[in-house]
Amino acid sequence: MTVSLAALADVARSEASLRAFLHGLPGVDKVGAEQRAAALGTRSIKTSAKAWAIDLSIRMVDLTTLEGADTPGKVRNLCQKALNPGHGAPRVAAICVYPSMVATAHEALRGSGVHLASVATAFPSGQAPLSVRLDDTRAAVAAGADEIDMVINRGAFLSGRYTEVFEEIVAVKEACGDAHLKVILETGELATYDNVRRASWLAMLAGGDFIKTSTGKVPVAATPPVTMIMLEAVRDFLAQTGRKVGVKPAGGIRTTKDAVKYLVLVNETAGEGWLDPDWFRFGASTLLNDLLMQRSKLATGHYAGPDYVTLD
Amino acid sequence: MAAFEYAPAPESRSVVEIKPSYGLFIDGDFTSPRDGGVIKTVNPATEEILSEVAEAGEADVDRAVAAARAAFANVWGPMPGAERAKYLFRIARLIQERARELAVLETLDNGKPIKESRDVDVPLVAAHFFYYAGWADKLGHAGFGPAPRALGVAAQVIPWNFPLLMLAWKIAPALAAGNTVVLKPAETTPLTALLFAEICRQAELPAGVVNIVTGAGATGRYLVSHPDVNKVAFTGSTGVGREIARAVAGTSKKLTLELGGKAANIVFDDAPISQAVEGIVNGIFFNQGHVCCAGSRLLVQEPIADELIDALKRRMSQLRVGDPLDKNTDVGAINSAAQLARITELSAAGAEEGAERWEPDCELPSQGYWFRPTLFTGVSQSHRIAQEEIFGPVLSVLTFRTPAEAIEKANNTPYGLSAGIWTEKGSRILAVADKLRAGVVWANTFNKFDPTSPFGGYKESGYGREGGRHGLEAYLDV
Repeated sequence: MTVSLAALADVARSEASLRAFLHGLPGVDKVGAEQRAAALGTRSIKTSAKAWAIDLSIRMVDLTTLEGADTPGKVRNLCQKALNPGHGAPRVAAICVYPSMVATAHEALRGSGVHLASVATAFPSGQAPLSVRLDDTRAAVAAGADEIDMVINRGAFLSGRYTEVFEEIVAVKEACGDAHLKVILETGELATYDNVRRASWLAMLAGGDFIKTSTGKVPVAATPPVTMIMLEAVRDFLAQTGRKVGVKPAGGIRTTKDAVKYLVLVNETAGEGWLDPDWFRFGASTLLNDLLMQRSKLATGHYAGPDYVTLD
Repeated sequence: MAAFEYAPAPESRSVVEIKPSYGLFIDGDFTSPRDGGVIKTVNPATEEILSEVAEAGEADVDRAVAAARAAFANVWGPMPGAERAKYLFRIARLIQERARELAVLETLDNGKPIKESRDVDVPLVAAHFFYYAGWADKLGHAGFGPAPRALGVAAQVIPWNFPLLMLAWKIAPALAAGNTVVLKPAETTPLTALLFAEICRQAELPAGVVNIVTGAGATGRYLVSHPDVNKVAFTGSTGVGREIARAVAGTSKKLTLELGGKAANIVFDDAPISQAVEGIVNGIFFNQGHVCCAGSRLLVQEPIADELIDALKRRMSQLRVGDPLDKNTDVGAINSAAQLARITELSAAGAEEGAERWEPDCELPSQGYWFRPTLFTGVSQSHRIAQEEIFGPVLSVLTFRTPAEAIEKANNTPYGLSAGIWTEKGSRILAVADKLRAGVVWANTFNKFDPTSPFGGYKESGYGREGGRHGLEAYLDV
């Protein structure tokens, strides 16, 4: 059943209708969801399939540095890594930095085709006045970011003020202009899978181009079951509205084995339409080097070790 | 071609050595049959002949029962429970140690995916032996009086769908309670029982405590009607179960039967849909639907019927049907040509009687016995596919309007083995479960087994319970 996006967005006309819609979504059985995600984690991906998955994973990486200690020098190094991962590996999807580092990254990446993402909206807590969060967004876009990773207002979400969350996302989307908007749900703070499903739909209804699991700044980041539920949401949203939304798990994905498990989840949940850097990303900092090491091991038969990949 | 093509990931079959022929395991040794011929056992995925096993005749069954009787009288019966437990724990550990070997052999002989034999069958087999080992010296605390006694010699006949698991369900409680056994595996899947016999030798289980006689229907008939048997336990079809009940009637033999089923999997409109879809798929396509408690009738509440069926079709399109030894295979081979013919016949009847047939567009191997996962919509209670046990990967979808109608339809069958309920509403789970006439009722899950949980049926699904404390009762003089 396809309904127009406008008709569906109309559910946000009042707090009551938005709540009724979100609470009318089918529930998630925790035990069953975790079993399904774990079962998909046992797929055996070898040889040619593994090589394909590693290269695709590299192309899906949002190479990230989000530290108080970030400097222009650090960011320039990371951009060089994005452009030249080494050993003939493909380039990553994007660099992800704080707004203050966007100008530096923009300079380094100019014309390369590697996207430039910036977290904004008082990342990671989002606990700043809306006007400040919108200014944060506009500044990042003005400095050259073509993707914005915003955080939702978890306080408002958890206390059931869904329209407030919705309207804030709409406002940030507007402040983004042409930049793509990734909406960080911070699923570790939403705590239940029912909330993850509701927040996913809320973010998609409000115009998010991507839904992203986590900031990486709270103890529980991306997990396979959470990502699976978000992948179900984008699949169902496309079927209902005709609009396709991407998914980005972030935080805690460090190994090639993990990345391949996520690709299996994508393949068998949302489908192969999402096996593309335009529709699925990994938010990660250390994952890239493990992918590069496993890539060369698969090609040469030898495991060279961490001294043979660059630390940037 | 799919974008993400999983490369073949076959489990190596070199871990298991299959002999060209096997004798009967009687009194602690493999012996040649005195009478009777041989049966060839094939790999249903390729039709390759794996081995030849003996077909035990009457004289062989006599020998096996006599060996079991002697072991009961002289060794196993008098042995303290704590000593019996040591042997059972040892067997359980050996099963774990040789898990890969057992899993590969089970998959070769039965056709089930390695992922299931490795992750479900063999771990449950070990768990059953561990569990009942714990009871062996605590029988006085099982609720059957202060010192319940063993029955004597148990004759056990098991089916081909879970060859090793059914063996464990039969042998573990029997031995824990102090009985000795003569077990006949199914004629199409004898090999893991024979490997189990080797494990009994490795565990230095006293001779005659476990005897394995291979053969077909005639061997089973001799065994269950043998006059020196005290207990008969059977898992299999309702037809054969009736025959056994007749053969045992009027004797002092104690009988338990675990027979067919036509379980209803009931999905209410407030169900967790994604997990319900997984549960439905697991309920009917697990082990190619060769499961007596399979959720072969899907009862779905009308408001969500279309949405659920669409989701189910999408999910079924992802099932990977093929080489059972490949670690990524979800659905393996049908166990035998005879079973394939039965599934084919019943499915054809479904289409003829007016139900709408749908199957995913997956390729099947050219050799072996294969059947695509199949969905019938528009099924009504009067259709054969809603009444008869198909024992294959075929799901019949019926709809209902109210909880009362769901209960009525679920119970409207001669069987009563299992049922499933899917709803987010806890009170409804309890209310509906209370009214379902089925031995096992799963809520928001399906096909979950545990050695601590009793399993068994109502009505034509049989009587007696296996598993848990209840499972001891069948092997004790109470």
